[in-house]
Order: sequence, then C-alpha cells, then structure tokens
Amino acid sequence: MSDVLAVAEHRRGELRDVSYELLTAGRQVADATGGDLHVAVVSGDTEAFADNLNREGVDYVHTVGDGEEFDHDVYVQAVEALHAEIDPQVLVMPNSVNGLDYAPAVANRLDLPLATDAVGIEYDGGLTVTREMYGSKVETTVEVGGDQQAVTIRGAEWPAAEGVGDAEIAPFDVGIDDEGGATVTGFEEVGGGDVDISEADFIVSIGRGIEEEENLPLIEDLVEASDATLASSRPIVDNGWLPKNRQVGQSGKVVTPEVYLAIGISGAVQHVAGMKGADTIVAVNTDPNAPIFDIADYGIVGDLFEVVPELIEEFE
Amino acid sequence: MKVLVTVKEVAEVADDFEIEGTEVGERYLEYDLNEWDDYAVEEAVQLKEEGPVEEVVTVTIGPERSEETIRMALAKGADRAVRVWDDALEDADLLDVETKTNLLEAVVEEEDPDLVLTGVQSGDDNFGATGVSLADEIGFQWGAVVNALDYDHDAGVAHVHRELEGGVEELTDIELPAVLTIQTGINEPRYASLRGIRQAQSKEIATKSLDDVGLDAGAIESDLTMTAMYEPESESDAEIFEGDAGETAERLAEVLREKGVAE
Repeated sequence: MSDVLAVAEHRRGELRDVSYELLTAGRQVADATGGDLHVAVVSGDTEAFADNLNREGVDYVHTVGDGEEFDHDVYVQAVEALHAEIDPQVLVMPNSVNGLDYAPAVANRLDLPLATDAVGIEYDGGLTVTREMYGSKVETTVEVGGDQQAVTIRGAEWPAAEGVGDAEIAPFDVGIDDEGGATVTGFEEVGGGDVDISEADFIVSIGRGIEEEENLPLIEDLVEASDATLASSRPIVDNGWLPKNRQVGQSGKVVTPEVYLAIGISGAVQHVAGMKGADTIVAVNTDPNAPIFDIADYGIVGDLFEVVPELIEEFE
Repeated sequence: MKVLVTVKEVAEVADDFEIEGTEVGERYLEYDLNEWDDYAVEEAVQLKEEGPVEEVVTVTIGPERSEETIRMALAKGADRAVRVWDDALEDADLLDVETKTNLLEAVVEEEDPDLVLTGVQSGDDNFGATGVSLADEIGFQWGAVVNALDYDHDAGVAHVHRELEGGVEELTDIELPAVLTIQTGINEPRYASLRGIRQAQSKEIATKSLDDVGLDAGAIESDLTMTAMYEPESESDAEIFEGDAGETAERLAEVLREKGVAE
C-alpha cells in the first residue's frame, strides 16, 4: 500500500496539461512513500494517451477503453476498480471541472478522506497538503488522516513531467455498468462574437473594483482614448455587464497581449490562468496585498476612479 | 416536486487582517451568503415560479449567527429552512467533505427532495466537493459546475450545460432525482424585496441537533486537521508607482508608450 495512483484527464482527443502535472505530483508522493507510480487513463484513444503519459518516473499506465469522452459514471467505476486492484496509498486527481465531477464520488464510495485543490503535497509517514482559503488570502496546511487518501491538485502548480519513461502499459478491464442516468449529448463553444480578445496587443481589463455597471463608460472612455481592447474578469460577465467573449480566465479566454492593464482585479487564480502569459502586466488596485501584484510588472496602489480619469487625459 | 438548496454562510476576510492560531481573527471577518449558493437559491426560486416546483427548502450547516443569512435566502423566495448545528461542531475548525455529506444526507432523508441544488464551491474553504459527494451517498444522479439548466418536468430530466475550462460547455441530460452544483452567472440573483424580507420573518427555520437528525458524534469526526494558517509570502517584484493619481497615471502612460501599445 505504498503506491500512488494518478488519473489523467483528456478532452476531445487531447490530454490536458494537468495530466502531465499529475505525473510530477504523483512521482513526488511515490518517492516519499517508496512506491510505484500508476497512471490511469480512461476513455477515448487510450493507447495514444498511454504513449504520451509514459514519461520519466511513471511505472505503470492502465488503460480503460470504455467510452469516448468524459462520463462521470465510467470514471467513478474505473477508478474504484483500479483502486481496489492497486491499493494505493494516495489517489491523485485533477482539481478541474471534470475532476470535481467524479473525485468526490470516488472518495465517498471508497471512504477516503478527500483534500481538494491542493497547491502543495508532502508525505512523511502521513499526508499533508497545502490549500488556500478565503480567495487566496491565506494558505493552510492540512493533515489528511485515514489509512489511504485522495487528493485533487490545482492546475499549473506542478511542472509537467517530461522525457520518455519505460512504463508498463496494459489495458484494464472494468466491466462498466453504464446505467448512469447522466448522458453527455454534445459540446458547445461559447464566447464567440464581435471581438476576439485573444488577438489583442493591448488589453484593458476590469474587475469587481468597478463596483457598478454605471461606471463602465469610464473604462470605455479609457479604452477608446488609448486604442485598447476591453476585457474583464468573471464577475463582470456573471453580472451581465459584458458579454462572455470578453471574459479572461480559466473558463473564458486565454490572452497573451503585449500589455495587460488590470483595473480593479484582485487576481484570483482562475483569472490569472488566463492572462499570466502577457508580456507586461500592470495592475491598479486599492489593496496592496491583492494577488494581482504578485504577477504584475508595474502597479498603482490607488483608487481607479481617481487614476483612470487622469490616464484618459494622458491619451486625449 | 421539492427542491432542497444548500445555503452556507461564509466569512469574507478584510484587506488587512491578523491570523490567530489557525483562524483569521473574528474582528476581520464579515459574514455573508456564499456567492455560489445565491445563484443556487435563485435557480430554485425560478423553478418554483415557472411551475414544476411546489416547495423550496434551504438547508444550512451553521451556528445561530447564520440565521441572518438564512433569512436572506427566505426573503428571496425560499419557503422554509432547516439549520443543522451542534455543540460538537462548534470546536471543529474545518468540516471536511465527509462530515458535511453525512449531515446533509440526514436532512435529505427527512425532506425527500427531487432535486438538490448546491453552489459549486464555498468562498471560504473552497472544497468544491460536497454536492457530488452527497449525490453519491444518497444515490442521486449529479452534475458539477452547471451554468445552464432547462428542466423537462414530463420527462423528469434536467438538460444542463456544464461549464468546462477554456470557453467550452458540455451538454448533459441528467435524470432526476439529482444533485446539481450551480456555477455563478447561471442567472441574475434577485435582491430581496421589502415584502420578501417581511415575509421571511414568519417563515420557519427548523433547528436540528445531531441527535435530531439521527447522527452521533462519530458522523462528524473529520479526517482533515488544519495544522497551520499563514499569509502567503508575497512574490511581488512589481514596480509600484508612487505619488498622487496624476503622477501615477503619468508614469503608467509612459510605460504604455514605451511598450508601443498606446500613443
């Protein structure tokens, strides 16, 4: 019971980045437990996926061929059966939208304590994870008891595993019972429309700090004066103040402009995932401790309602 | 049909705060309805207004203080509330997913809902797991991170969109009974009207102890123990412009011109 089982994630024919990060996190734990790293890949073209997942540090890849795309009923049954077979110390899954659609059910079914959204994992005779609380304002360390444990890891916190491994790749027969009652009927791309913010060189992006929809014209004036492209963080789109195609972040667009000017955006991890690739990041925020300043190159700690009018004058 | 909505009161931390042990000092906390649950309540109330739902019941795991937040959900249109709390829960600084699952399962057994709506996650401890764990425990079907819901009452099927990463949505048909975890942006949560707030005062909040819901202390023994809380070290190496609004804006404009993105 010293092995580690990591469950890969793919969508529409491609492994997602978090899959390779899971290998790194899983290997790290397996080194500490002194066990093997097992990787499970469920549904789709599992043979091709297994070849890609055979990276340095991987000992076994188990392929479960049932189904094409993610289906939580298939995943729950596959992971449950593999867990029984491998009897791992730690089960590692992605803290993605699909990860959170099966990991809690697996943990419940196997009676495993579950620590989600881990940004750090230590194993030293027992499992300890690092998690954030209160929208990244604090970090906590959490001891996870029980005989065996389950963890979901946040994306982009571990480097991707590289190289080519010499893992043993073998199909694993689960005998899926697909009487689930949840049926995936298709996919839809959202966020099309008048403008593609991912093409923009200069983005002015607004967040909760704008406070009211009535304050939007102020930002639009800045966008016009400086010839920028307007984008926003999630709450602005949730409120219906801007259309979905303007949303930057994990569930919106990933942008890589020359300059990203974040105004009244605190810099939650979901937002940062969509804009950290910008060449230059400038932040305007009243809170000097806002996480946006951690990734900013330049910053103004101040009130946007005072700074933005001055900035507009600079360009008029 | 009946909808059960989980309602959590969450703490929001002030910009400047201090940590005492493994907690943020009480005086730096402001309590509010969990943002995701606000959308779940709205979705339930809209289902009632559209017809198929007869009753919307909220369930909260929380101390007496949370009744203010529960009243807010009642003012927005929920019919009545159940609040589970116990002295035994008072000392825990972290209720793990299993504990919450056990407590909610007990309420589900009593209420026998057709549909359970939860928020995707809570703004404080951010596990994002209770809804799906609960679904598995009570034998309901489920869908996580739902940002569109169209309920076909005759077929007993919820046609949902699940919001995946990167601007892709998964279209899924989910048979009831089911648990759906509701994402922000699925609707526009209403503000409580004065009339709603008045009516909420006379709506029932049933308070239940562990004993009342048929559980013993073993059901809330958490496998997760918080051993430390600290402020993450700032990794900032940003150059912060000093001066008044005019001066900082001038410096910012210089940067934008240097980078060649604005004139």
